[in-house]
Amino acid sequence: MDASLPAHMRPERSFQGFILALQRFWAEQGCVILQPYDMEMGAGTFHPATTLRALGPKPWNAAYVQPSRRPKDGRYGENPNRMQHYYQFQVIMKPSPPNLQELYLKSLAAIGIDSAVHDIRFVEDDWESPTLGAWGLGWECWCDGMEVSQFTYFQQVAGFECSPVAGELTYGLERLAMYVQGVDRVYDLNFNGRDGDAKVTYGDVFLQAEREYSKHNFEVADTAMLFEQFKMAEAACRKYLDAGWKDDKREAHLMALPAYDQCIKASHVFNLLDARGVISVTERQSYILRVRELAKACGEAWIHTEAGGAA
Amino acid sequence: MPDLLLELFSEEIPARMQAKAADDLRRLVTDKLVAEGLVYEGAKAFATPRRLALTVHGIPARQPDLKTERRGPKVGAPDAAVQGFLKATGLKSLDEAKIQRDPKGDFYIGLIEKPGRDAIDVLAEILPVIIRTFPWPKSMRWGARSGKPGALNWVRPLHAITATFGLETEEPDVVKFEVDGIATGQTTYGHRFLAPGAIQVRRFEDYEAKLLDAKVVLDPDRRKDAILTDAKQLAFAQGFELVEDQNLLDEVAGLVEWPVVLMGSFEPEFLATPAEVIRATIRNNQKCFVVRDPKTGKLASKFILVANIEATDGGATIIAGNERVIRARLSDAKFFYETDLKTRLEERLPKFEQIVFHEKLGTQAARIKRIERLAAEIAPPVGADVAKATRAAHLVKADLLTEVVGEFPEVQGLMGKYYALAQGEDASVAAACEEHYKPQGPTDRVPTDPVSVAVALADKIDTLVGFWAIDEKPTGSKDPYALRRAALGVIRLIAENALRLSLMKVAASALAGLSVKPADAQKLPSDLLAFFADRLKVQLREQGARHDLVDAVFALGGQDDLLMIVRRVEALGKFLESDDGKNLLAGTKRASNILSIEEKKDKRSFDGAPDAALYGLAEEKALAKAIGEVKAEASAAVAKEDFAAAMSAMAKLRPPVDAFFDKVRVNDDDAKVRENRLKLLNEIRSATRAVADFSKIQD
Repeated sequence: MDASLPAHMRPERSFQGFILALQRFWAEQGCVILQPYDMEMGAGTFHPATTLRALGPKPWNAAYVQPSRRPKDGRYGENPNRMQHYYQFQVIMKPSPPNLQELYLKSLAAIGIDSAVHDIRFVEDDWESPTLGAWGLGWECWCDGMEVSQFTYFQQVAGFECSPVAGELTYGLERLAMYVQGVDRVYDLNFNGRDGDAKVTYGDVFLQAEREYSKHNFEVADTAMLFEQFKMAEAACRKYLDAGWKDDKREAHLMALPAYDQCIKASHVFNLLDARGVISVTERQSYILRVRELAKACGEAWIHTEAGGAA
Repeated sequence: MPDLLLELFSEEIPARMQAKAADDLRRLVTDKLVAEGLVYEGAKAFATPRRLALTVHGIPARQPDLKTERRGPKVGAPDAAVQGFLKATGLKSLDEAKIQRDPKGDFYIGLIEKPGRDAIDVLAEILPVIIRTFPWPKSMRWGARSGKPGALNWVRPLHAITATFGLETEEPDVVKFEVDGIATGQTTYGHRFLAPGAIQVRRFEDYEAKLLDAKVVLDPDRRKDAILTDAKQLAFAQGFELVEDQNLLDEVAGLVEWPVVLMGSFEPEFLATPAEVIRATIRNNQKCFVVRDPKTGKLASKFILVANIEATDGGATIIAGNERVIRARLSDAKFFYETDLKTRLEERLPKFEQIVFHEKLGTQAARIKRIERLAAEIAPPVGADVAKATRAAHLVKADLLTEVVGEFPEVQGLMGKYYALAQGEDASVAAACEEHYKPQGPTDRVPTDPVSVAVALADKIDTLVGFWAIDEKPTGSKDPYALRRAALGVIRLIAENALRLSLMKVAASALAGLSVKPADAQKLPSDLLAFFADRLKVQLREQGARHDLVDAVFALGGQDDLLMIVRRVEALGKFLESDDGKNLLAGTKRASNILSIEEKKDKRSFDGAPDAALYGLAEEKALAKAIGEVKAEASAAVAKEDFAAAMSAMAKLRPPVDAFFDKVRVNDDDAKVRENRLKLLNEIRSATRAVADFSKIQD
């Protein structure tokens, strides 16, 4: 931890200071620090900076905060740590550096988790995303019995072998910040590190949103429209993928990213429909499959783009 | 002789894979050594979260030289044959070959000598192959090399390989090889946090000692012992008792290199949640042990955790952190439990119509209906109240849809019992929710409450008949639906509760309730019965009893009352242990052997009653009389199901049988006498069939 930081910027006092400390740490490791992707998604892995950039031979090191939208996890602001919107901090390094575990442990030290007094453990956890056609091996990282991060060596994304393999770290920011701030309720997190009247809590920023979105996700979201949107996103994705080939040789693709946006869109719309309880068990599987097909097709397009490593 | 030390140092290996990996490493290396002619003295393998280690001691320094002879062409054979021989043997000219004479002429013999190689060179050749082809259940690629073809697959990234070979008294050599850019050496590393520095090692003895100094306990058994001892002591010191849990202990020992046992607490209010739910929460999610009050046997509001470090604050932060997580987990569990209590079990049932049990066997709802019907049918013969058995069968699966069971599948059944009691169900009905899954194996408790027994039988028989009907029987080591366990459960339920049940009838009824109609429906119940016979044999064998007796009893045919079969087998076993039994068996076998020889000779059988007028000798008459009496007595006893009495009756056959073989020559010159004597022998055989088919009994 940086001792020169003013009190309100220290990771154990302020949520934003906590995020900034992580960003700074990974910037120093050579990562590009991106800003959140401007679309709704269920996990930071969906960000094209992870999903698409994990594919292809080109080195890529990036870190960013990504809001995660999980409509089903909404609890109207009444659960101390479950929310339909929360933050993930995502790091991706391709190829995975040999000292990625050490870097991860140093990043914990940077946010005030000292391995001399905390029991940090790497516990088996195989990661799989059926919607992204992706899997990897790694661990959930425990700090004193609490899962604080996910650590994965990507083996496959969008149905394609990762070559070389990327290492991915996902930190649950609120949970970690609650731990270092010592609060039991997420809404009590000190957001800006100030005291008294100047203090802004996580609840000040997000509690109202949690209530409103929970109502929206579970009770009101327009399902007819959402079904339509799913179809539209699916069709648009296909259309852009088809139109993106430079020529008939299908060797170079020029529109993988816009097509992939539609895949992200379809995935989120599906999550909303699922939260509204209008998708049956058997249908559920087929929707997941449809999104996966889009993800795979986008992956296929991506590896024919310049950043994807084509020629 | 020199020793090998091998260590594969990696990122954290999943706990559940460590023991098998260590064993595989030992087996693969030692098998290969033996195959290479290097017979070692001993080997032992170890695993920690970050390393697999192997020591093999007493390996010969060199392979033995191999000498083989190869026979070549005849002396004077064409040149092509000679050249081929020279090429194959590596000889320079025929002068180097011997000439051997045999009846077909003179032949060249080439002596091929293959000198043994140094063991260290053999190791350098076999070890990389074993590493590259190591049988991890799941493995992965990593880093820059993963982009190239032929990249190493390992369970998690592999960082270092230590491989040394040498005598105790000398500086060992490094077994030199490289796997995917990792060259072997003598450097390993200590505990990730407590002593992360590099360590130079020579051989196993200093390796293990230096690791211990660097806060790594190499041997998983030592880690387990340490955890168990410390955990018991810590609990005892506070007036509690550790709830031991071998699986958890195995897992936890695979998560730490330096176990430090600590105790934490939670709010006593949580103890209002069922103890099993608290235990499952703490165990599954947090991998911690629970403790109980030794006086009451009830859980205490404490838990025991195993950390991987000696913290500078004595563990205060670690305990506080774990307590926070456990508190949050227990609040969730309490919330789930209380939520579950708000819905009656039967209100959950409609959801089962959406849940497929097996695509060919329909929904869970359909299955529950079948179990209800079968339980009602089985209830009277097992002494259960029909209404209660039906009600129980109706509810026993409902807890599968509760929050708590969704979270912790291992408390299925048990939660059903709690929820049934909470909604005011009859105690037997509630008990059946838990007990109908029993017995789960050969050592599990067998329920005795008739309602539980009826539902347990119905559940298992529906499963067996269902999977038989769709031809999903167990084969070899494959038994995905645990049908062998189900059949054994049926056997134990019947035998241990002394129940009278015609399995054929119940199976036929279960079959009639299925929507699938198998092609060979007629054969199914007897097929299934044969499966039960097999299971019974396995069970008897495991209990040390003679399984051939099961065959002897089943061979009588028409036996589908398991209890009677078991009783008959028991009585037969006891009888055969007595001298009377042994001799009668010998006599019967002798009779059978003679009969089968003569039957073959004459190409006919000798059944039918012997003619009393043809008896010439007193022993014949005595035997005929005894057979008549014994048959009647044994049949009467069997009819009364008194198998011990039937066996005692059988015992009376022994003296006349012995006397008969002593004095009477069966193959008399008079064909009629001979035929009559053979018929008498046949009578011995048929008399013993009152209790068992003696020909199936092994000596």
